[in-house]
Order: sequence, then structure tokens, then C-alpha cells
Amino acid sequence: MLVESHVLEYPGGYTRSVGPIVGRFLTGLRDAEIVGARASDGRVIVPPLEYDPTTAEPIGEFVDVGPGGAVTAWTWVAEPRPTKSPLDDPFAFALVLLDGADTPMLHAVDVDGPDAMSVGMRVEPRWRAERVGSIRDIAAFVPEGSAGPTPESPAPTTEEREPVTGIVSPVRLEYEINAGVAQTKYLRGLAEGKVIGQRAKDSDQVYVPPRGTDPTTGVLTEIDVEVADSGTVTTFCVVNVPGLSELAPEIPYVCAQILLDGGNTPWFGLVQGIEADDVHMGMRVKAVWADELEASAASIKWFEPTGEADAPYESYREYA
Amino acid sequence: MRDVAVIAFAQSLVGHDREHNEVELISPVVQAAVSQSGIARHDIGFTVSGSCDYLSGGPFTFVQGLDAVGAWPPIKESHVEMDAAWALYEAWVAIQVGDVDSALIYGFGKSSTTDVHEVFSLQNDPYYVAPLWPSTIDMAALQACAALHAGVTTERDIAEFSAACHRAARSNPHAIAAADVSADEVLAAPMTHPPLRDADIAPITDGAVAVVIAAAAVARSVCDRPAWIRGIEHRIEPQALGVRDLTASASTRAAAEAAGVGDAPVEVAEIHAQFGHEGPLLARALGLGADTVVNPSGGPLGANPLMSAGLIRIGEVAERIWDGGVGRGVAHATQGPCLQQNLVCVLEGEGS
Repeated sequence: MLVESHVLEYPGGYTRSVGPIVGRFLTGLRDAEIVGARASDGRVIVPPLEYDPTTAEPIGEFVDVGPGGAVTAWTWVAEPRPTKSPLDDPFAFALVLLDGADTPMLHAVDVDGPDAMSVGMRVEPRWRAERVGSIRDIAAFVPEGSAGPTPESPAPTTEEREPVTGIVSPVRLEYEINAGVAQTKYLRGLAEGKVIGQRAKDSDQVYVPPRGTDPTTGVLTEIDVEVADSGTVTTFCVVNVPGLSELAPEIPYVCAQILLDGGNTPWFGLVQGIEADDVHMGMRVKAVWADELEASAASIKWFEPTGEADAPYESYREYA
Repeated sequence: MRDVAVIAFAQSLVGHDREHNEVELISPVVQAAVSQSGIARHDIGFTVSGSCDYLSGGPFTFVQGLDAVGAWPPIKESHVEMDAAWALYEAWVAIQVGDVDSALIYGFGKSSTTDVHEVFSLQNDPYYVAPLWPSTIDMAALQACAALHAGVTTERDIAEFSAACHRAARSNPHAIAAADVSADEVLAAPMTHPPLRDADIAPITDGAVAVVIAAAAVARSVCDRPAWIRGIEHRIEPQALGVRDLTASASTRAAAEAAGVGDAPVEVAEIHAQFGHEGPLLARALGLGADTVVNPSGGPLGANPLMSAGLIRIGEVAERIWDGGVGRGVAHATQGPCLQQNLVCVLEGEGS
């Protein structure tokens, strides 16, 4: 089966507004301070939540906590995730109950190995020098007494002294997508200059490209049907917007739904070789194949008019 | 309340499906469940699915699932971005409201397309937790550590549960992590994610599930021994780990009480325990006694298709009621880090 790598990533990362409560906490981190917030029952919640998790009342005053605290739970990360985990070398994730807090917070603990970890152990934050107002301004917690002096952030500009109002969250996820049985046949067909559709056993409806099932019944389409690389324009639009894709031709160009002969689902393609103004419904067109065929949609460059008489409206009205 | 029963259940699971896409995975399962239900496809009043677009890495990919269920002429349909057990809850509500008399529920997902333990890190708080990228295993291990330290379970309890699940999975043809393993053998293995060991962590599983439920008149007309839903409830806890008691699943306990789990003996419980420590924790929260058989299918430690595994628990209990072997059982489903949200469903045979 054909497998394609797929990356889910938003360039520059997602930007999020943090609001006054989270913003106060992150502003504190930038200044190498940790604050919690008092809930209606008097508990000090760290990191602060916008609302009391029990009563949904707005939270009360901010309270300085830490910097020292105790581990209430931990696990060992033997294989850190490059570019994602807080530390490059193996580390512990832990829930740390800071002095003065009533709820523990999640963070990394930097020690040599799991044998150095225990519930109840005392830790303190090791701060980054370059602090920006992020949970990662704490590089990690370390055993109490070993963090050393807090590095001074470079002299902040006036703007950098303003309260933190947002964060940037880079997200990158990697996938391997499997095309499936039907689409693999279709794509491999394109590499051989063929257009392969499929139909279900109990139906004469040929789906092209096939997606694996007859969508009207949900039944698998197990019968392959080669359809023609020529067909009829059922509907179209003229694109006058430049730069929609690197592959897009010069504007104006025409995108069309094309009912391939032998198929029962209109197929999306470009129409070239004719002035955009002259493209019309019912026009007969034929695929122009790329010089180098491959198992991808790029094998068909576009469609051009065949010069045949237009197809009668009745022959494609169901698809327009 | 209208009496509603589970009348059909089909599943298809594989560790890493390199052949099919999601649509091809769902189609045979839906066909099987509909056929088993005895109700014609277009007589089923409502269709609802559970899945997660993050598993396939594209927005609105759940819509593709519709190609596998026969949506022409147009059908009444819905979707939840949750385990399909919650889709069943929505279907049950639709039947209670009286809009429809039957519903097809399906769940699907391929966990093998990516590092799911990393992907689900994104369900955490985006300001305080997600930037640290703790995996779902890391989060579970923290809960296991807290539970052990509090003394609500022991390393041996966890190992006994995990070993029992892997052994039970041997009699489940759909399981992918079946093994004749003892608690001692589990305990002898290293803690790969302390205090969890590999045997305590559910296997990566691709799969789909489909279930049909129906109101009494329909259910009785097509099913000899319907599995009646006598109680179904779900509850959620705050997201922040720090403000929750990780050593007890308060939301499971609340859902179980509301669903009436303790009103009569529970012969079988299928629980959505994806990590070994969740077995003892959930058994406690559900109030299960020593006489309840827990996860006779092997549970998620035997096979864990994300977004389907919760609904499969309901199907597994229903199947045991249909064949007359069980009179009353409980199914449990969970979502979110460290058992954040929990659904409990009480199923009974006729006359129980």
C-alpha cells in the first residue's frame, strides 16, 4: 500500500492570549517568581486557574509560593522527545507541591537517574537566563540547594517589562498516512496512464477516484473499473485569484468538474488549451498526461477540449 | 424513561493496519452490526460516531467516515470528538427524547499513524502543561505513583490486574496483546515508565467498532435476549491534575452511583483501563467486589483502539448478556488524562 508522510505544523506556532490570571503567573515566571491564587475555600492553587475549580467563583488574591517544594509523584522519562521535552537528557516528570501551595504543579526534575527520585524529596526551580513568560522559563526543578544563583535576564526593554499577554506554542506532529486499498489502486493506475474507478458488487455506480466504499450504501467497492481519460465538463469556475498554489497556472484559469466516460462521479481537474471565457458546461475534454507518470494526481496535468460536439445536457444533468 | 437495549455489536482490530484506510476499516464493521441488528439500514433512525481528527492529522477527517455508513438518502447524523461510548450516550438520549427508536453508533481510529502518546499531550492545558509535552504514559505513571504512595493500591495489585487482562485476552479473537503471563513475571520486568512496566501499558491498536441500540418494541422484535441499558451516566473532573485527587476516580464513583451500579450484584465488568494501575483504581471507584469478573475480554490491555475501546466495553458486556451467560454487567469508558472523564453503563438481561 502507498504510504505518505504527513506533518501537521502551523508556521511560527499557535499564538494564544493568556488573560489576566495565566498572564500574571507567566509574568511572574519571567521575573523568576512563582505565584498561586487563593480559591474560595482558602486553598492556594498553583499554577493559578481562572476560576475556582470547585465552585466556579472567580479566584481571589495572588499569593507568592515556593521557590522550594516537595515531589508528590514522579515518573522517569528515559527517552526525551527531541525539540519537545523540557530537557534533552533523561529526566523525571513530577508533581511538585511548592511551599505555600495546596496543589502540586507538573514540571521536569533534572537528576541523574530514577534512583535519585523519591516522593517527598525537596526540589527548587532552576531558571533559564532567557525568560519570556513561559512555563518553560523554569528549565527544570533540581534537588534543593543545587540550583545556584538565578541568572539575570538580559536588561529588559520597556516593552518586555509589560505584563505577559500571550504565548506562542509551536506544534509539530508527524504522521504516516496509508492510502488504503482503493486509493492505492487508483494512484498506481495513474502511474500507468490509467484511470481506475471502483464499484460495489450490487451497484453499477462507478466511483472515481474510488475511496473504498459506495458512499450511498457504505458497502466496500471491490470491483475495479477502468474509465476513460476523456469526459464532459459538468460545471466549472474561472479562477481570478493569483497565488492559490505553487502549482496553479497563470490567472485566469478554469477548474472544472469532469464526468469521465464510464464513471459516475465528476472528477476535479483544470481545463487548459482554451480561453477561460470559452469553457462551458457540456464541453468534451481529454486528459493531458505528464511526461513522467507517477502514482500521484500530478500525472494528469490538465484537460483540453477534444473538439467533439458538446454532450447533451440530459447526459450529465444528474451530475451538474 | 424508555427501555433501550444494545442489540448488535461488531469490531475489527489490528495492531498496525498497513492495508486499509479508515473508511475501509469501518465499512465491514458497520455492515456486520447492521446485519446483526435485523433492522434495515434506512430504518435505523440515527447515526452517531466517535473519533479524533488528531489521529489522522487532518481537520474534519471524521466526515470521511460517512462514506462507510450509507448516507444517501440523507440520514440524521452526529459525531463526538470522543470515545464512541459517548456517541452511544448521545444516541440513548435521542431515543429517550423520542426522536428515534433505534441508532447506529460507530467509533474508529488508527493509532499507528503517529505517536499517539505524544499527540494526546495536546489535550492538556495549553499554557501550563502542553508546552512540556508529557505523554499520556507519563501522565498515567504520575497517577500510578500517587496511588501507590497513598496506599490505595500496590505494585502486586497492579501486576495481578495487568497479568489477568493479558491472560483473559487469549480467549478474545480480537485481542492483540494476549499472553500467558503471571503477576510474578510482570513484576520481574523493568519499570519502563516507573512505576509502570510495559505489561501495564495498553498496546497500540488500529480498529473500528459498531453497535446498534433500539427502544423496547424494536429491540424485542429483532433480539431474543436484548441487553437492556438500566443506567448510563458520565461525569467529569477539572482538567488540572493538581486540583484533582489522582488516587481516587471521583468522577467514576459519581457516575457509578448515579447509574445504580451498586443496586444489585455485578457479575461482569468491562472497564476502560489503559494502564495497569487504573484497574484497581476503577474497581474501587465502581464499588466492584471480589466476585465480579473484570475484563474477561482482556480489556484495553489486550487491545486498545483509541476512540473505540470504550464503546467496545459496552459491546463486550452486551454480548455476554445475549448469550445468557451473564444477567447483569457494568461497562466503563474513560477520556482525558488520568481518568478525567468517565462513563458508566449498567446492562441487564431480561428479568434480571
